[in-house]
Amino acid sequence: MAEKAAKQTKNPRVPMPEQEPRIRARNFLEVPTGYTAKMAQDEAARCLQCKKPGCVDGCPVSVDIPGFIDLMAQGDMTGAIRNLWGKNALPAVCGRVCPQEIQCEGKCILGKKGEPVAIGNLERYCADYERQYGTGELPPKQPATGKRVAVIGSGPSGLTVAGDLIVKGHDVTIYEAFHKPGGVLIYGIPEFRLPKEIVAQEVNFLERLGVRVECNAVVGRTVSLDELFAEGYDAIYIGVGAGLPRFMNIEGENLVGILSANEYLTRANLMKAYKFPDVDTPIPMGKNVVVLGAGNVAMDAARTAMRLGAESVKIVYRRSREEMPARKAEIHHAEEEGIEMFLLTNPTRYLGNDEGRLTGMECLRMELGEPDDSGRRRPVAIDGSEFQLECDLCIVAVGSGANPLLTSETPDMKLNRWGYIDADEKNGKTTKKGVWAGGDIVTGAATVILAMGAGRLAADSMHDYLTLGW
Amino acid sequence: MFTIVRREEMAQGTVILNEIEAPLIARKAKPGQFVILKAGEDGERIPLTMAETDPDKGTITIIYMVVGKSTAIFRDLAVGDGYQDVIGPLGKPTHLEKVGKVICVGGGTGVAVLHPITRAMKDVGNEVVCIIGARTKDLLILEDQMRGASHDLRLCTDDGSYGHHGFVTEVMKEVLDEGGVKQVVAIGPVPMMKAVSTITKEYQVPTLVSLNPIMVDGTGMCGGCRVSVGGETKFACVDGPEFDGHQVDFDELNLRLRAYLADEKKCHEDYCTIRDAR
Repeated sequence: MAEKAAKQTKNPRVPMPEQEPRIRARNFLEVPTGYTAKMAQDEAARCLQCKKPGCVDGCPVSVDIPGFIDLMAQGDMTGAIRNLWGKNALPAVCGRVCPQEIQCEGKCILGKKGEPVAIGNLERYCADYERQYGTGELPPKQPATGKRVAVIGSGPSGLTVAGDLIVKGHDVTIYEAFHKPGGVLIYGIPEFRLPKEIVAQEVNFLERLGVRVECNAVVGRTVSLDELFAEGYDAIYIGVGAGLPRFMNIEGENLVGILSANEYLTRANLMKAYKFPDVDTPIPMGKNVVVLGAGNVAMDAARTAMRLGAESVKIVYRRSREEMPARKAEIHHAEEEGIEMFLLTNPTRYLGNDEGRLTGMECLRMELGEPDDSGRRRPVAIDGSEFQLECDLCIVAVGSGANPLLTSETPDMKLNRWGYIDADEKNGKTTKKGVWAGGDIVTGAATVILAMGAGRLAADSMHDYLTLGW
Repeated sequence: MFTIVRREEMAQGTVILNEIEAPLIARKAKPGQFVILKAGEDGERIPLTMAETDPDKGTITIIYMVVGKSTAIFRDLAVGDGYQDVIGPLGKPTHLEKVGKVICVGGGTGVAVLHPITRAMKDVGNEVVCIIGARTKDLLILEDQMRGASHDLRLCTDDGSYGHHGFVTEVMKEVLDEGGVKQVVAIGPVPMMKAVSTITKEYQVPTLVSLNPIMVDGTGMCGGCRVSVGGETKFACVDGPEFDGHQVDFDELNLRLRAYLADEKKCHEDYCTIRDAR
């Protein structure tokens, strides 16, 4: 984004105002503050209204992008949000967290010679406008079919399935293990990127459409899939995510002060531990914080630690900047906020004191060798390059795996060798009759919008099943 | 909301029993499983192993000692009040098998957790010797229930005010010396479970312990509850909470339990100050 912005174009995109880095690095308020009406209309006017729009192909849920932008350009925000809802039940979320640069905006024709239309910013503006000034009028619903659907997990894919099926006239209940719905939107993505109030309102939108949300229901423990069928559900969608934290499996990993990113972010976001002691869940306050990994989760954890008052926050990553999986914009935001990048560095063991608390870690310098299976160059340790890094808090964000809690209680559903659910990639069908799955529990950790795309495919297939048969 | 239908104070008011309406959990829960509870909107999630479940009434019973802010908030809930969130049943149920003679050892509020397991051990046909202990007579809980749940109940107090004068481990040794013990179940404070496991290792008697690490979600997604068992990292919430006592790194567990000690202390003191000022 930064590189693109440097290019001079006749028709530059309207930048979204942001909080100053020095100020925002110490608060939990949202970083981009949103377009004004004028900015939104100016940006919408940049769209060329292509006959064969590439942007729509780039969107995993095929939002009618030129359509909603045209309505915005005409000043019809109410029409624009209804157009969006036709394909996307969570526009306020997607406008904020989608990696648009590799999706819709990456395919925008204006991007060839200049800057693509800020589709994400416009989507966000529309959704925010509706929330603040909207008519509250709901999209139309098909007549009731009498069919009942259970959706397991209330993350992005589950919410999409629920939203799609409720408007098609089915009776939908979401089961969520946590005490609040939203999945990764509520426990994982921090307040400063996605305010929790917005997630709550998107869920509330589905509830107003008629979706029931049952929290504190751990499917696999509180109730099984077969019991749900016995209760009269006609179809089940599993969207439980990949919520099993991976650790490095190195010496000293259980010292006090080493947390999975899932734990750290759950404490901070879901439990609002950043407000401790006004809320009851504590969170470790590190002076010198190290975050292992370089994905979006690592950036979220590092930026959270900075906001909690750390003196220094370092991202430690075994590959180079080139291979960092996080969005460029997030890496840029993190660096602006004072987070240091320790690249080509791999921890080999943790160091602790007599009280079992973390005091540092030993690392090796790496260099890049031949490409591996993922096509990225494999990091190779440089002999004798050991050095010590002082830290009192380490957040491990090196990825996640499939949580076996539900699948281990469902022996008649096929899993792949990594424990993810074996589901048809065209329609989300699992090997168990009447059960669909999608999102991270099928693909492994991916993005919000891909999980939503999987939900869309599954919802279409479920609708066919409920109206036509298996 | 999960309504409290019965409340009792035990052990001079330091230990509280809540029977809570939670029909879905009561229907599924098995001995050894736990729930996570959160009192109100700003509350934290606290794990407690169920002391009893009544599927017909649709209730579960928890017994806890008031040790910090959250349990102090729980204590202040009356019959008719409720918990905003109760999640469960969580964790693996106790592996129950007829093996012959079994010793069930409990200390402090661990006795509440031990109770359903003891009864289940008896129900599957084992000969159950139960040993429970506390610092002093007034702190001993569930004596009558434990007598009913076992064939032979032995009592201990640290100060000798009731039953054997001394630790549960001393009585356990006597029973082990009588011979024929096939299994020990030990639930209580970490030092007690460690001491029991050290002794039973000498006697080569398999020993189950129920661990109580810090938890957040209780469904395996954060790893806050990780413990070292036989040199491997396990998540107590999904792999446990019961483990082979001979394999558990109790010293590490003890250190990890102290992770938030300063925060916990401050939080509890502030709560008590505000509460007393009212």
